[in-house]
Amino acid sequence: MLDADFFRRWMTAAAASVDREAERLTALDSAIGDADHGSNLQRGFAAVLATLDKEAPDTPGAVLTLAGRRLISTVGGASGPLYGTLLRRTGKALGEAAEVSEEQLAQALRAGVEGVRALGGAAPGDKTMIDALVPAVDALGDGFAAARSAAEGGAVATTPLRARKGRASYLGERSIGHQDPGATSSALLIAGLAEAAEGSGE
Amino acid sequence: MKMLINVPETVVADALRGMAAAHPDLTVDVENRVIVRRDAPVAGQVALVSGGGSGHEPLHGGFVGPGMLSAACPGEVFTSPVPDQMARAAAAVDSGAGVLFVVKNYTGDVLNFDMAAELAEDEGIQVAKVLVNDDVAVTDSLYTAGRRGTGATLFVEKIAGAAAAEGQPLERVESIARRVNENARSFGVALSAVTTPAKGSPTFDLPAGELELGIGIHGEPGRERRAMMTSGEIADFAVHAVLEDMSPRNPVLVLVNGMGATPLLELYGFNAEVQRVLAERGVTVARTLVGNYVTSLDMAGASVTLCQVDEELLRLWEAPVRTPALRWGM
Repeated sequence: MLDADFFRRWMTAAAASVDREAERLTALDSAIGDADHGSNLQRGFAAVLATLDKEAPDTPGAVLTLAGRRLISTVGGASGPLYGTLLRRTGKALGEAAEVSEEQLAQALRAGVEGVRALGGAAPGDKTMIDALVPAVDALGDGFAAARSAAEGGAVATTPLRARKGRASYLGERSIGHQDPGATSSALLIAGLAEAAEGSGE
Repeated sequence: MKMLINVPETVVADALRGMAAAHPDLTVDVENRVIVRRDAPVAGQVALVSGGGSGHEPLHGGFVGPGMLSAACPGEVFTSPVPDQMARAAAAVDSGAGVLFVVKNYTGDVLNFDMAAELAEDEGIQVAKVLVNDDVAVTDSLYTAGRRGTGATLFVEKIAGAAAAEGQPLERVESIARRVNENARSFGVALSAVTTPAKGSPTFDLPAGELELGIGIHGEPGRERRAMMTSGEIADFAVHAVLEDMSPRNPVLVLVNGMGATPLLELYGFNAEVQRVLAERGVTVARTLVGNYVTSLDMAGASVTLCQVDEELLRLWEAPVRTPALRWGM
């Protein structure tokens, strides 16, 4: 079972990898966007960690709901509402339980991804974060490591696609050949989940 | 790249402190990043709130004041503001007559303003939204995020702001704003890429002998790259691109807008060519504005926006305005 501490470790791992990869995310974003994805998420996740420290929510749902709200109020751009919605919806779906099963997390995350799809209107293949999140959620039944590989594979697979959503869509054909920064950061988020699980010896 | 800044992290806050010092007519909340006209809320008047990424100055903070915006929310450089800023701005300026959000069509701006509208409505504030999407360089189809909002934002904010100043009700101010947007089209050209403070190097590579046609205001590349052209050739291309998309029967407002690094000498010369092309195409010009209004940091280049106006819209355009960047009649 996964407790609030597991979810705090998830957010900590995600923040660390966003920190580590910020330059790469920004470089990917400068190819087809406006060169700020890394620094925006860095700012958001730093704020998430500060808030989790201060408010110390004690259920998995509360950790994610709070993290999501914080991302919405600090990140800006499209990433703020989209990542914020992902975590908030996932957190809400987890309810008020003190511990949740991996199966419950998989279901909640699916609800979170649905929330992102509803908000951003993106479908798989549009070259967005959805292209990493959907395969990750599908693979979650086989464990966190499988979800991590699926997300990374999904992110890499955005390279030959033509962007249909967000600012990259303005480039049309010229967006082809560049890996999507949003799918890449989504893969980092899922990798953080695997790291949190490894940390607890699962 | 040399820039007149301290560190990239404080660029927006530093600019806001400077704005506050220069414009005592404005209340600038540096911490929460909200710029409000000092006399807000104005009883009986609809309030206009706009916002978007920083780096487009004077848009939007430079358009706050009587006759135009009630408040503006600047985000990080090229990043939309967050809902908390917009909701805070709405609460600061609402007189009970309601608030119109002026939103440029970029995914981030749209999502954050949607969330802000919900927050404001929870507080009992009546909110309407107008989406600005005037850029003909982008095909509005299922396969893009839709046309970008660029130069027409100035026309929407000025004209809707005048309607609000007259005391017109929210639904009327909203429909006028929508009418301005529907009658406005833009096309932009870059002679150089843009350098954001965070990145410190140009966001795309534009060789010296080339220009980029159909750019947006965030340094995103355009729809086509060509060998450098003369001012007259660029005016032909840009105005024709706009007129391919609109056939004005009424006179038009013309905005010849600099992207930040093009001097007025060049902009006025470019305007002469724009006026020539419009005359050749039989388009009557009602008023022309030339200057840096919707910029993209240090990008060299210009955009042309045309807005077809009837008598009412022209009257509202002419109405008095007093803001840091646009000021006449008062």
